[in-house]
Amino acid sequence: MATTDEVTISTRGLVKRFKTRTGAVLAVNDVKLKVLRGETFGLIGPDGAGKTTMTRVILGLLTRTAGESSILGYDSMHDTHKIRERVGYIAQQFALPGDLTVLENMHFFANVQGVSRAEQRRRIPDLLEFAGLSNFTGRLGGQLSGGMKKKLALACSLVHEPSVVMLDEPTLGVDPVSRREFWNLLGKLRAEKGLTIFVCTPYMDEAERCNYVGLMHQGKLITTASPGEIKKMVPGRLLEFTPSNFVPAWRLVEKMEGVLEVQTYGAMLHVFVDDVDRRRTEIETALAAQRMTCQGMREIEPRMEEAFISLIRKQRAQ
Amino acid sequence: MRWVRSRSAQGDVRGPGSGGQDMDPIVVENLTKRFGAFVAVDHISFSVKAGEVYGWLGPNGAGKTTTIRMLLGLLKISEGSARVLGYNPSTHAKAMQAQVGYMSQLFTLYNDLTARENIRFYGQAYGLSQDGLKRRQAEIIEMAGLQGRENELTANLSGGWKQRLALGCAIVHKPQVVFLDEPTAGVDPISRRDFWGLIYSMAKKGMTILVTTHYMDEAELCQRVGFISDGRLVALDTPDQLKRTRMHGHVLEISCANTEAAMRALLAARESGQLPLDEVALYGAQIHAVVPDAESYKEPLAGLLASEGIAVHAIEWIAPTLEDVFISSVKPRGE
Repeated sequence: MATTDEVTISTRGLVKRFKTRTGAVLAVNDVKLKVLRGETFGLIGPDGAGKTTMTRVILGLLTRTAGESSILGYDSMHDTHKIRERVGYIAQQFALPGDLTVLENMHFFANVQGVSRAEQRRRIPDLLEFAGLSNFTGRLGGQLSGGMKKKLALACSLVHEPSVVMLDEPTLGVDPVSRREFWNLLGKLRAEKGLTIFVCTPYMDEAERCNYVGLMHQGKLITTASPGEIKKMVPGRLLEFTPSNFVPAWRLVEKMEGVLEVQTYGAMLHVFVDDVDRRRTEIETALAAQRMTCQGMREIEPRMEEAFISLIRKQRAQ
Repeated sequence: MRWVRSRSAQGDVRGPGSGGQDMDPIVVENLTKRFGAFVAVDHISFSVKAGEVYGWLGPNGAGKTTTIRMLLGLLKISEGSARVLGYNPSTHAKAMQAQVGYMSQLFTLYNDLTARENIRFYGQAYGLSQDGLKRRQAEIIEMAGLQGRENELTANLSGGWKQRLALGCAIVHKPQVVFLDEPTAGVDPISRRDFWGLIYSMAKKGMTILVTTHYMDEAELCQRVGFISDGRLVALDTPDQLKRTRMHGHVLEISCANTEAAMRALLAARESGQLPLDEVALYGAQIHAVVPDAESYKEPLAGLLASEGIAVHAIEWIAPTLEDVFISSVKPRGE
């Protein structure tokens, strides 16, 4: 069946419930998801949204409460061995053995995954080259910079040549330069190896790197779409300006006709309106009547972040 | 004592230590920190105006925290000078610290105390009177939006609440200057927006804020941003101006049929030197390529992809993000 071949990660009605002292928590709440082969899929959401739990359920590291989940057609609960063989995974708080060198780490993970000696000799130099670590093979894991640790973790997760990798916030706490390098590596994996990449991230701008993005909030998958489509889900068009008197201006604008949503942005207001030219003048006039000015009024393109905030607010209002 | 006068002194701030002389709340000249042979901070000069939100963006180990520690008087200055509210941190750290707030990325809160108790603890440490503390506690709880949660254990508060509480504790003594060292690491975007709203309401009241960050969207929110790399301040301007002046080359966004094949072709062309591509990166269904000049490289790019049998839908010259500009600024030139 060609169609199921293409579907690499799939869930239907997936539920994970945790019992706590104060009751039950629905960490994953009726999630339906499809990731196709070769796709880079970003699961985006704030801390506590359920991203890590969902990833672990799909991987079979946690048992699901209800529903279906599978990778490469293998059921998360029943075919965990097959999944382990074909999927690479970097957990969020994953720490490499700091007292092993870069090369020893690679061999260690290769052995755990049952990669033969001959295969190790072939693959490991390539992976180290790919991760830009060829000159650091003798360095202790504990003495690597944050960015290099992440790259080593990625190389280790690829040592058994998986066709899918699942990365849980792989760039958390990593600086911008290393973050860029890490994403460029993922780009290479997608372009050159056709790997399916599933990545959880709290960074909105990383969503732009993905073919498809799932927005997760309080256990629910609010929407799944391409970054371009998600940015089009915001209401109307977006005006940005700095009012001279922030809170009164915010309250005033919020109630105006044609204003669909107001978001704060530092000292600025982001105002979604139905008609840019008309509302722009009306806002300026209304603020002027209250002896307020607005500086730098301009229309801007909504980014992932504005869309995300808007969608979550809508969800909360429901 | 020698006063370093800033060129851009506004005259609206009189740091108590400044003896009434006009000067910016933070003035740094040729500040340098050496650890043995290693230069962690390399002749950095800048000044921050009263009520300004000034950001620092840089990789780990670039010298951001080291600079803040010198400005706080916690670390000895190797060379150059620094004045915070007119005080020399090397000699008058104590007097200065009474008027300066500091929040580290670790949110130094006591998890086994309630929100209210944390504020009280910090207030007492700063020597606030019983009355003053009571008033301040109420103000901070309101400011941080902690009403209804003031008696909850800090351990049970989520990231966003904790962060606002930590900020509240850092400003319990109404400092005039606040240093925030990666204050929003691990906090969700909605809470981050709230936090930045707070920062700007503090700035509006005249507080001067120096904040370091890894997040591009946060750097965008600062009035001025400094790029720090290898201990040096490589650029300093408003985010808009940085995008206009500090980007080497132009960003082209390529939409085409087989993105993966196109990416392979472009990577190969960069490798072989066929095209001078500074960066090639996959962005979902598109590719971003940094070229020396947008107009003169659109055609060659399209030609290359066409010769590989890839249908090109569009090549557009797009505005760089602050991250593009940052990467471009800190990359060694003329390799």
